[in-house]
Order: sequence, then C-alpha cells, then structure tokens
Amino acid sequence: MLQNKDKIFNNIFGFQSNKLSYALKRGDWDKTKKILSLDHDVIIEKIKNSGLRGRGGAGFSTGLKWSFMPKTLGERPHYLVVNADESEPGTCKDRDIIRHEPHKLIEGCLIASYAMRAHKCYIYIRGEFVNEAKILQSAIDEAYENKLIGKNACKSGWDFDLYLHRGAGAYICGEETALLESLEGKKGQPRLKPPFPAGVGLYGCPTTVNNVESIAVVPTILRRGENWFSKLGKENNTGTKLFCISGHVNKPCNVEEEMGIPLRELIEKHAGGVIGGWNNLLAIIPGGSSTPMLPKQICDTITMDFDSLKNAGTGLGTAGVIVMNKTTDIVEAIVRLAFFYKHESCGQCTPCREGTGWMWRLLKKIASKDASPRDIDNLLELTKQVEGHTICALGDAAAWPIQGLFKNFRDEIEMGLKLKKIAAE
Amino acid sequence: MKKEQLKAENYKLCNIDQVKVDEILDKYPSNRKASAVIPLLHYVQKKSNGWLPVPEIERVAEILDMPYMKVYEVASFYTMFNLKPVGKKLLQICHTTPCWLRGSDQIEKSIYDTLKIKDGETTPDKMFTLMKVECLGACVNAPILQINDDYYEDLDYKSTKELLNKIKIKKNIKPGSVIGRKSSEPYDKNGNINVTK
Repeated sequence: MLQNKDKIFNNIFGFQSNKLSYALKRGDWDKTKKILSLDHDVIIEKIKNSGLRGRGGAGFSTGLKWSFMPKTLGERPHYLVVNADESEPGTCKDRDIIRHEPHKLIEGCLIASYAMRAHKCYIYIRGEFVNEAKILQSAIDEAYENKLIGKNACKSGWDFDLYLHRGAGAYICGEETALLESLEGKKGQPRLKPPFPAGVGLYGCPTTVNNVESIAVVPTILRRGENWFSKLGKENNTGTKLFCISGHVNKPCNVEEEMGIPLRELIEKHAGGVIGGWNNLLAIIPGGSSTPMLPKQICDTITMDFDSLKNAGTGLGTAGVIVMNKTTDIVEAIVRLAFFYKHESCGQCTPCREGTGWMWRLLKKIASKDASPRDIDNLLELTKQVEGHTICALGDAAAWPIQGLFKNFRDEIEMGLKLKKIAAE
Repeated sequence: MKKEQLKAENYKLCNIDQVKVDEILDKYPSNRKASAVIPLLHYVQKKSNGWLPVPEIERVAEILDMPYMKVYEVASFYTMFNLKPVGKKLLQICHTTPCWLRGSDQIEKSIYDTLKIKDGETTPDKMFTLMKVECLGACVNAPILQINDDYYEDLDYKSTKELLNKIKIKKNIKPGSVIGRKSSEPYDKNGNINVTK
C-alpha cells in the first residue's frame, strides 16, 4: 500500500484550499527555477528514466513521446496541448486534479513546455466542466499575477503562455488529433496518422498532446528525483496512479495508489469492498469503458498495471474501475456502453459510423432475449469488421467491451436465450 | 428552423460584450481566429437563453470570418450546443453504465414523476428541459444530474425530487454532492470518512 509520504496528490479530495498560497505550502512551485535551469534534453531524459507511462489510456512512455519533438526551435513554434477532455465512462480523476490541485497541472505545463521548447500551451477541458474550468482559469490568473508563468516565467528566462480552451461535449475530442482539429475550430474528427502531431500538429506546428495526470506528476518527479518514482510500483509500470472506483462498491472513490496493487486490495481497502461481499462480484471493467471486462476468477488475483492487464486480455486504460456485482444485468451494462459509442462516433469512417449502430441494435436484441445464438455470432463477426478498420481507436473501443462480454459470459447468455424460448413455447 | 423564417420574424440579436469577445480572440494567433468558434458559441448561447438561433450563428461566422456552414457544422457536431430552444433549467441526466449501476433509472423516474417530462421534452411553463446525456465524467459520484452549469451528485429518487421541488419554488440549491460528501473521497452513510488527511 502506498505510504502517505509517497503520495503526489496530497489534496486530491479538496480538504484544503486550491489557492496558490496553500499550493505553495504543499510544495508546488518549489525551486521551479532550478528545474528550468536544466537543459531541455536533460529533463526529457529524466522523465524517460522515471519510467512514467502516459496516464490517458495508451500507456506510452511520456519521456519518449517528448523526445519526438524537434530538437531545435525552427520557424514554426512548438505547442504543448494538455488533454483534459475527460469523458471515458468510469474515469473522473482529471476533474479532481483540476479542481483541487490546479497548480500541479500549471507547473507541469510550464516544465513540460520548456522541455519541448514550447512557449505556448493550451489546456483543452471538456465543456461540461464549467465550474472546473472557472477554478482552473482563476489558478492560471493567479500564476500570471505571481509571475510564475508569462514573460520570464519563474525568473528562468523562458517565456511561457498558458491558455484554457473549453470543448463542447464530444468524447471523440479526447483522441489527440480530433482534439487538435477541435482546437482549430473544426468538427472533432480524427486525422490520419502519419504525420504525427510531433511533426505536424496544432496549426501545422510540432505539437505534443498529453493527459492531465501525466503532466501534473512531472514537477514532483523532477523534485524528488526520477529514481524515487521508478522505485514505486513494478518494473516497467512505475510510479503512482489515480484510480477511480465506481459502480457496485460500498464507497465509490478516487484514490492514489502504487501501480501494480492487487485489484482486490484496491477495492477492499479503499472503496469499502463490493456491495454484498467479494463473493457477490460478477465482473470488473478495469480501465474505463473501452477495456474488456474481467470475470471474478481473474479479479481475485490480478494486479493493476499496464502489463499484467494486457496479458489478461484487457488494459489499464485510464484506471477507471467499474465494479459490477451479481445483481447486474451484464448484457444491459454493455448495451449502455454500445449506445455510448454509437452516440459518440464522429461519423467519419463508415465501419464505425454504421457498425456502432448495428452493434448496439444487435446487442439490444440479445438483451431483450428475443435472439438466437446466431445473432451472437453475427455480432462478434461484426465487432471484428469494425475493429482495426477505422482511423482512430474509437472503433476498437466500441468492439472490445462486446468481445469481452461474450468471451466471459457467452454460456450464461445463450442459456438465457434458450430459457426464454422454452418459456415462450 | 429555417433561416428565412427567423429573418422574417425580425429576430433581435442578443447583446454581446466586445471586450469579452476580444478576450476570447486574444487566446489564439491572429491568423487562426477560427479557433475561437467553440468559446464564442458558448458565450453567445449563454446570452441567448441557452440555445443558438440561426442569426446568432451567422453573427459568430461574421466575427470570425468563417463561412456560415462551417460554424453551423461545429454547432451541430457538439452536443452542448442547442439548436432548439430549451427551458430555463436544462436538466441533463447521465445514463451511461457507471451511473446506471448506481441507479440513474430511478433519477429519470423521479424527474418524470415530479415534472412529467421525458428525454427531450420541456415543461409547458418552459422552466425545465430534460436531456439524457452520455458520461458526465464524475463516475465515483454517480448518479449525476447536471442542471445548467452545475453538477448534483450522489442522488437518489428522493433527493432528486427534493432538489426539483426546491428549484420550483425558487429556493437556492447547493451544487455538488447531496449527501454531504466533500468531493470524491470514500464516504459511507454514517458520514465516516476513512482517509488519512
């Protein structure tokens, strides 16, 4: 279990004020100037060595991502864009960072921008977070007033401007290139890659898009040393992570824990256990709605880190743990997710635009038990047709929960269909 | 609504503050004015009773030197822009899996029992509009109801009813958790918080 002294987000629940004076007491903005006196590439190297993997879902090495940016500042300016378009069902960690620890994020933006030779940074926050945006904006204003950002930020000689941009309700804008399109004032439709944003990003300039949590942990890593961070967690899955535990638990909550914590321990220690006890558990979606669910027997022993979950056929994603106990109509739970993806498909690629609708309708048919086992085969075939045939990963994300459902519960679902048929006859 | 129709009705544009518009435009490079389209639409929508009539969209297009259709495209793509009038209080209920697991169906029922409106409907007095929306991103505080800009969290049938009744008689209501939770900390019904501060 993570010790208090190793926690990065000490005010994640907002028991203290989010104002600058309190943030300073918690250690934010401490010796930022000293960090900014390091060479750009030294910072990138340190983040690489810390083993920090992106907290937005894909789990790509943050330091490595930064190193893809051009090493010299050419004619085109560099941009850092922070992805605060948090909309993955089951995930609500960035919201708490923004409203309770905004200065960690702002300081992280400055350091990360400096490391990538960017003078400008945009934070793209989801539109529904109106109050969170107000809090973040007032924290940015505070940082400007105290000359922590702006011209000659923290007296480091580096000019840095930070802007907050509100989205308007589109899950797809969490995809990095759709986010850039949206920021440029267009519909949020993902771009084809390559070119990658590090080459051609916002306004055609080199850009890196990072998740809020990835950026907010950077100042602490650099202050306490990359070795401190890399010693936490497991090999290749280092550091701490914010977990969001929702669904059928006694005390749903957000919590910061070490990577690689056993799932059962996470739920029983922090979230008050599954409603009705551990044996009442049916399945858990471990990393936000896009990751396939795990049945109870795997949940008994699995640890929460990128690699173990990948080996179990699912993923850590955003670490949004959705717990479902035996009272759950598991098909209905996935019908809701299928509807979510149908609603959020941007409509650009045909397999996704049409496929998400088909998948939802077929699954609804199965949920109403007015279906045959052949419908299940058709549905699974359909998920294979969508998966991997779209520009962005939304198609995959829509297919995986359905595949996960039938991988684990096909027998029960078919039994249900049969019973209904017998009853009807 | 047809463009011509609204023009014929002599639609009166809402008042917007040029200082505020410049403030929004300042955030983006001067040759990239289109970036301001979402913030400007948000601003105008707020000023024009929570929705975007065609003349307002036209005006945003004019300010940003964009073709009307490009702005309309944005306004119709993003779910937060309303192209039809809405009530004074826009109720947005989350019905995605994490909220559903915690009983969002009961919240919907509570709203129906109190106001007799379903998804997409507005009360006859134009006070409330209900919309079912996808994940609002506050899953550990499920179920969630967003009323205009504010989130109301940890709801159940009874507390939703109380909340709506308070709004009806114009009583002040406090956004956030309705069970006295501070934010997303572990919290049980007895009010015990088992976190080390």
